[in-house]
Amino acid sequence: MTDQTNPSVTTAAPSPRPRAASGGFLGLTKRDSTLMLIVFALVVLAPFILNPFPEGSAMAQFNAGYPDLMQRFVIFGIFAIGFNILFGLTGYLSFGHAAFLGVGSYAAIWSMKLVTLNVIPGILFAIVVAGLFSLVVGFVSLRRSGIYFSILTLAFAQMMFAMAYSVLTPITGGETGLQIKNTDTPLFGGPTDGSIGRANLFGAEMGNSYELALGNWLFTFNLGYYIAAVFMLIAFYLSIRVFRSPFGMMLRAVKSNQQRMNYTGLTPKRYTLWAFIISGMYAGLAGGLMVAMDTQVGPERMFWTASGEVVIMTILGGAGTLMGPILGAGFIKYMENIISKINKDILHEWFAFMPDGLEDVMVSLVYPFIGKGWHLTLGIMFMLVVIFLPGGLVEGGQRIAAKFRRNKTAGDN
Amino acid sequence: MDQIIVQILNGLDKGSAYALIALGLTLIFGTLGVVNFAHGALFMLGAFCAVILSKILNISREVLVEGETDFLGNPLMRDVPVVYDWFGEAAGAAIIDWNVPLAILFSIPIMIGVGFAMERGLIKHFYKRPHADQILVTFGLAIVLAEVIKYFFGANPIQTPAPAAFTGSLDFGVWLGFDPLTIMYPYWRLVYFFFSALIIAGVFAFLQFTTFGMVVRAGMADRETVQMLGIDIDKRFTFMFGLAAAVAGLAGVMYAPIVAPNYHMGMDFLVLSFVVVVVGGMGSLPGAVAAGFLLGILESFASMPVVVDILPGINQIIIYLVAIIILLTRPRGLMGRKGVMED
Amino acid sequence: MGILTVKGVNKRFGGLQALGDVNLDVAENTCHAIIGPNGAGKSTLLNVLVGKLIPDSGSVVFDGQSVLGRQPHEINQMGISRVFQTPEIFADLTVMENMLIPCFAKRDGAFRMHAIQSVRHEGDMIAKAEEMLDEVGMLDKREMTASSMSRGDKRRLEMAMCLVQEPRLLLLDEPTAGMARADTENTIELLKTIRREKGITMAIIEHDMNVVFSLAERITVLAQGTPLVEDIPDNIKGHPKVREAYLGEAQV
Repeated sequence: MTDQTNPSVTTAAPSPRPRAASGGFLGLTKRDSTLMLIVFALVVLAPFILNPFPEGSAMAQFNAGYPDLMQRFVIFGIFAIGFNILFGLTGYLSFGHAAFLGVGSYAAIWSMKLVTLNVIPGILFAIVVAGLFSLVVGFVSLRRSGIYFSILTLAFAQMMFAMAYSVLTPITGGETGLQIKNTDTPLFGGPTDGSIGRANLFGAEMGNSYELALGNWLFTFNLGYYIAAVFMLIAFYLSIRVFRSPFGMMLRAVKSNQQRMNYTGLTPKRYTLWAFIISGMYAGLAGGLMVAMDTQVGPERMFWTASGEVVIMTILGGAGTLMGPILGAGFIKYMENIISKINKDILHEWFAFMPDGLEDVMVSLVYPFIGKGWHLTLGIMFMLVVIFLPGGLVEGGQRIAAKFRRNKTAGDN
Repeated sequence: MDQIIVQILNGLDKGSAYALIALGLTLIFGTLGVVNFAHGALFMLGAFCAVILSKILNISREVLVEGETDFLGNPLMRDVPVVYDWFGEAAGAAIIDWNVPLAILFSIPIMIGVGFAMERGLIKHFYKRPHADQILVTFGLAIVLAEVIKYFFGANPIQTPAPAAFTGSLDFGVWLGFDPLTIMYPYWRLVYFFFSALIIAGVFAFLQFTTFGMVVRAGMADRETVQMLGIDIDKRFTFMFGLAAAVAGLAGVMYAPIVAPNYHMGMDFLVLSFVVVVVGGMGSLPGAVAAGFLLGILESFASMPVVVDILPGINQIIIYLVAIIILLTRPRGLMGRKGVMED
Repeated sequence: MGILTVKGVNKRFGGLQALGDVNLDVAENTCHAIIGPNGAGKSTLLNVLVGKLIPDSGSVVFDGQSVLGRQPHEINQMGISRVFQTPEIFADLTVMENMLIPCFAKRDGAFRMHAIQSVRHEGDMIAKAEEMLDEVGMLDKREMTASSMSRGDKRRLEMAMCLVQEPRLLLLDEPTAGMARADTENTIELLKTIRREKGITMAIIEHDMNVVFSLAERITVLAQGTPLVEDIPDNIKGHPKVREAYLGEAQV
């Protein structure tokens, strides 16, 4: 597809000694290093980048730089990055990954209720538990391929959702889910004054924020967000390494030709199972972080439509590309939280410069697609991407860039 | 004994709906080889055909009521459905009351049209693409259709009652010699069961006894051979898609009194009906029907208090459990052919 | 005692006796051809050898170890590589990646969680892959996506993928089937060179007599699931039984 998916493996001279990565760092090529730097800058500077409009201005509603949403960007980014390792590389379409996210969330909240309010053990526990669940589900589901695999994962996830919702109420809190209560007494350092404990990192609470006012602009730097962001950067870095590794190449071989793999002395199922487990652990990490940011969990985050959402994120952004899942997650969460809030009045303000009749026409034309109708736009975009742009928004961007380059060279000549 | 009969009866109407949706899914899959995640949405559209017809029938004009005033002393206006003007008050009221059965006639051309449009406009471009792409694009379409319905009809369920004549329950037990009131079965559910049995029989008869059906069955068995015979199978497949859409739509129309139509009912039924198709065996029509009823009844047995006491929560997961076990031990399902869809 | 010994193998599909008491002995460092009319059981035999089918009775021993009941990937790891009738390659991957995968399979075994090290830093493997590509004359195509190549090149690539594993036995399933004349000639040349220079043992199933007689050092003729004759090519050419088997087919 692009050089993102086909790393140029022969750039190194055939000398037996690995060359020091030329121009890159952390063992990445120059190109991947650039990508890593861009993501790093975007994530660190997000409080600025997402708040481009001054407070109180008409455009302020498009500001997305508040902690809650920024946390969601990176957490769902992690979820989608992990899903992409499975779907993007091996082509196995799981419709049940939200279950692992949910399992991770439950694991994390129990860690906070029983052990410590420090988020780190909770998050690690979430990753481990989600990994174990995905080992079991993956092991069984991978005995089938194609649509059967999709339906098996779907059935497992729905079963887990139904059980969390009903039978397992003692563990999952049933329909209402679990929260941290003032009756919880974690082993290490819970509040002693009967107040509700708060998630923290060695004493610093997730909710801590530093606000910076510059003129009319207000920027919020939230501890929880930056902790989630660190995890996301690590997750992204690891996914680059996986993509560029022999293991990642094997995963793409799984998608391409399992028969040839078998006759080359390889076991495609074991490779796929590990991809499944890794993506399950990414989901668990995302689930754990969700609990760390907002200490509660309910079964609805395991429902199959939640699994569908990560599928949409990954494909919309670009399955099999490095940046795609992050873009897709960001795009969908932005729509869900910002675009969905636009109502008719706001639209009338926008089109106020038009003559009255035309204004009404424009409003009624645009309204179904934004505000509460954002799902419609999303569904249409998703269909268009599946039909025309298998590489998602990333491919779209590359095509546009290529066109510009061509035009430019044409102009130069 | 009476408990068992009650559970079988309870399972029948849900099973009928599963069977009808699974039948349509299998028709599409068997003939066109397409995995249609938007099939639940067709069911939902069918249910909304009943809603739309009821809205149309209730289009009213305001009529001044002579000699009466409202509490403010203004002349009293009353809404009178237009159908009253056309057919008289008694007949008009009956038409409105019989809205759901009438919607059957109303929905057939609509659903066939929707099916044709879907196949010609979208699905036919996906015959050659991987099943994953088919799943994804139809999943996207399902979202779009649900959202369009939500835009026009809102997010809340819309009550769509059955004709008054069918509102009560049948004391089924008395027929079988049980005490009165032990086995009650709502009339409409009975109607639904017979209606689906009729449609299923119709589809099978159509495939069995018409030349058209023969070609389609041959096409299901071996598409390329039939194409080589010079039969324009594509056109017939388009028609099959329309038929499958109509079957799903009818299942939805008649289900409207049982579950008030809402925009996400398609998604709710979709997952289950896929499970049904897989259990029945991908591409097997009898399998789909049998599995539909079987799982419907199984589900209602699993919700018996006795069973739930022993295995708590089993009612919630039984269908998925069965699906997983079947998929692992007998991948072709109850009646499917071997190797279908195993990429 | 050859490197591959098949003894008394039977395989039945319902009422059809696909293989009946097949004995075969492939000597080390030879090219052994298995020929026979359509439906003689050549492909069934091949599938038994690579672990895709399990015979009803009999034994298949490779290098002193039984291959029966082993998975295809295990049999490959024992040292048997297979070239398919239609080239089986990783079509979405580049030529270089196609080559690296067998290199890794040879070095790391059937599975290795090798997820952090970059492929770029696998200098040894890259060198090995490039050397092999150079030998088959495809070094200039290493960045091409495999699916975009001609059929002849795909066949060449598949062979290179098998050879880079340095197999003890190379199984070839009609390697020139459906090829244009020039491609067929090229493939024969390539196989001859490999035979000459690497001394790899080959077992080849082929329809094309031209291919068989240019390559084989020993030939087994299979008819209706049973070996008719086994001999050197010169003796096979005019053998009455062989003629009967083929003519018999022609009369039907």
